Amino acid sequence: MTGVLTIGRRREEKAAATVRRTRPRRAARPPWQEPPTAAGQTAKGVTLGGVLAVIVVPLWIIVVTSFSTQAAINRAGGLVIWPDGLTTEAYREMLGDPTVRTALLVSLGITAVGTALSMVVSILCAYGLSRSRSLGHRFLLVLLIITMFVSGGLIPSFLVVTGLGGYDQWWALILPSAVSVFNILVLRSFYSDTSADLIEAARMDGAGDWRILWSIVLPTSRAVTAVIALFYAVGYWNSFFNVMLYMPTDSPKWPLQYVLFTYVNRGNGLPGSVNSGFGTAHAQTAPLSLQMTVVVLTLVPLLIVYPFMQKHFRAGVLTGAIKG
Amino acid sequence: VSTAGSERVARPVRLSWRIRLRRDRSLLLMAVPAVVLLVVFNYVPLFGLVTAFQYYDPLAGVWHSDWAGFDQFRQLFGDPLFWEALNNTLYLSFVQLILFFPIPIALALLLNSLLSQRLRNFIQSVVYLPHFISWVLAITIFQQMLGGAGVLNQFLRGHDIGIWDIMSNPHTFALLVTSQAIWKEAGWGIIVFLAALAAINTDLYEAAAADGAGSFRRMWHITLPGLRGVIMLLLVLRLGNALTVGFEQFLIQRDAVGHDAADVLDTFSFYYGIATSNYSYGAAAGLFKSVISLLLIWGANKLAHVFGTDGLYRR
Repeated sequence: MTGVLTIGRRREEKAAATVRRTRPRRAARPPWQEPPTAAGQTAKGVTLGGVLAVIVVPLWIIVVTSFSTQAAINRAGGLVIWPDGLTTEAYREMLGDPTVRTALLVSLGITAVGTALSMVVSILCAYGLSRSRSLGHRFLLVLLIITMFVSGGLIPSFLVVTGLGGYDQWWALILPSAVSVFNILVLRSFYSDTSADLIEAARMDGAGDWRILWSIVLPTSRAVTAVIALFYAVGYWNSFFNVMLYMPTDSPKWPLQYVLFTYVNRGNGLPGSVNSGFGTAHAQTAPLSLQMTVVVLTLVPLLIVYPFMQKHFRAGVLTGAIKG
Repeated sequence: VSTAGSERVARPVRLSWRIRLRRDRSLLLMAVPAVVLLVVFNYVPLFGLVTAFQYYDPLAGVWHSDWAGFDQFRQLFGDPLFWEALNNTLYLSFVQLILFFPIPIALALLLNSLLSQRLRNFIQSVVYLPHFISWVLAITIFQQMLGGAGVLNQFLRGHDIGIWDIMSNPHTFALLVTSQAIWKEAGWGIIVFLAALAAINTDLYEAAAADGAGSFRRMWHITLPGLRGVIMLLLVLRLGNALTVGFEQFLIQRDAVGHDAADVLDTFSFYYGIATSNYSYGAAAGLFKSVISLLLIWGANKLAHVFGTDGLYRR
């Protein structure tokens, strides 16, 4: 059970590095493969094009609508597909709106604090359990893995958190989900892989475990650290149900996802009868563009970070995934 | 079993635990914060499951609440809403297994057949993206596309065809949530299959082609056997999680389609346990789910062993 995760690692990373250096060119078809048929190529193109469109087009429509003038929205009868009169009015309005601005700051704060805490705890634990033959590491590992299969469920967790005074507290959105055993196991499998010779040499030179972790193990596993940080950050940024559970009524403390849920998801209706939920102060601007602005604001941090991260998914950090 | 002997030979002299404790104390110290968090937020709630056998009173707490024996369960099994939620859960699980499961495999095969590495990388980046989008956001996007005021109905109204509100129709709800799940997770799901495909020795294809095997037979005799292990593993996990079909997704859409279509076991615990402060009742439903899930994981794993694959752990 110890090797719950076997991860594609160095070999693939090295391969990916060389690929990046030599600029990927169009690989030749291997000689034994039949030449592609026109029908086959078309079917492939249409399928993949469809897959991409299903993901990209909705995001495009939402972004365009958020930048559209009320006139453009009226002309389109709702969501705007082709840009037709653009303005940043909705963004200025939304960032000036105390509800949305506070929510944005709350979301950023929870994500930053939560991710930092999760990373410190997970990295320490992953390294602490990664040295084979250390005292008790097998027992602790089993203790961790059990939680992946057995859980008390919703109600007992709720009772524990509220029993500790977590109702309406920020930490209720962070601490209960601060540790992901899956992420620890991914990190651990990388750390176990760090060259034993290197570590032994450092130990001979008098380096303790803290020093080894900081100066040898961490610098050699930057890619996996980045990916795990992204996983945690996305988890905190997207956290929604915990808010519903622990601070459903205290709206000034709501993060952006909950504001999105309350004002956009619940305020949905036909254009013209839309109840934007942002009060009458915004009556003069397009409620729909305001709603779409909240959607885009919720999406933007991800779109900023994602391009830097996605190359690591390819570089084989997570490819091996789960294996017996 | 076979490695036990060699391990015994390789193992160095056993140190006493005192010496090992002194040697490994910083390693143990490092594990402490994570272990403490897990104990507080995962293990303590496990003991909190005793509330399922109580008439839990928040003022009295776990220690002083009255014992109920199996009363909560008797009430649960006589509750038509509970059976409705269980029924929905199993039905949605089944629909997702049939409609969702093959898609990442097909997509991975398709992607793997592309020759241009750059195009492959680009498509991967795009299809992984929805995995990182929250359920609130994903459902809002669906609402804006397919809802009563969405793009689809804008078009239909514009052409006087009438309105087709997919988002609040309980009869097609199973298809709706499955397509949402596919939109959000199918792309991410291809990662494991791509890794398995990359591990297949390409010499096999060449040899098979030299022996006159067409592309279909190569797929049948080389590619699919290469994916067998991963497919079995994911099937085992899916079966073991048959009672977990998603939570926020249903919570968010329950108001639109009604509880008779959207209540699953997890939302049942929430609505009839926490929202009504009927904690013991919700805990009983949760315990029921946990026990059945454990049995399912165990059973699915046995099944995998019967089929000669590893399953979750090796025999």
